[in-house]
Amino acid sequence: MSMRPPLARARGLGSAKDGVSHFWWQRLTGLALVPITFWFVGSVVSLAGTDYAHFRAWLSHPGNTTMMILLIFAAFHHAHLGMQTVIEDYVHDEGVKLFSVIALKFAAFLFGVFSAVAVLRVALVGG
Amino acid sequence: MTPSNRPLSPHLLNYKFPLIVLLSGTHRATGVALSIGTLLLTYWLGSAVYGPAAFDRASGLLGSPIGYLVLFGFSFSLFYHLFNGIRHLLWDVGWGFELPVARKSGMVMVVCTLVCTLVTWAVALSH
Repeated sequence: MSMRPPLARARGLGSAKDGVSHFWWQRLTGLALVPITFWFVGSVVSLAGTDYAHFRAWLSHPGNTTMMILLIFAAFHHAHLGMQTVIEDYVHDEGVKLFSVIALKFAAFLFGVFSAVAVLRVALVGG
Repeated sequence: MTPSNRPLSPHLLNYKFPLIVLLSGTHRATGVALSIGTLLLTYWLGSAVYGPAAFDRASGLLGSPIGYLVLFGFSFSLFYHLFNGIRHLLWDVGWGFELPVARKSGMVMVVCTLVCTLVTWAVALSH
């Protein structure tokens, strides 16, 4: 066992350079979601009560496909970072906390990838 | 101990709950609601992969009275989190930390949220 205090052992090694990763991605995806959200609300309003054929034609438009994929990536990333903060704030048992954060990240990936696959299938394969 | 004339503050009987605290808490609450609500987006996009019948069933569910209620809550949360998120981004670059400014920007944010939510529904229901 080393007699050196933790600070002395850490000093001089430099940082891992990703200490603000969570903070940075939360802001970056949040900023991206500002214009994306206005596009999304406008789109959903214009699609209200639409039938399947029109929805498919709309989603197949390259601009709409691109925006929807960007929305899915930014929204799921932003949501999972925010929910991670909420879990870390309110769940105090370390084991439960770790399990919850892992489950959250897996769920975000699962639903995010499924949403993206759905968009690409409808847009490229046609359902 | 000698009795003092110093004020008992914050005292339960004269404690005024700060607006800014309420707005901040609501930001987190709407964030959690939106994270769960994102699954509605997955459901909507996913239904389109399984053909017209599944898409119509999803549209019917979202267009039911309960569906409308959920979507109204979703749209309110979305606009609230959007406008308050912009407020957060402005704080991140150092703007508007002064208490009177933060209070005023909070009220502007609430007005923007209510107006946008109501206008969105007025437009969506008018066609």
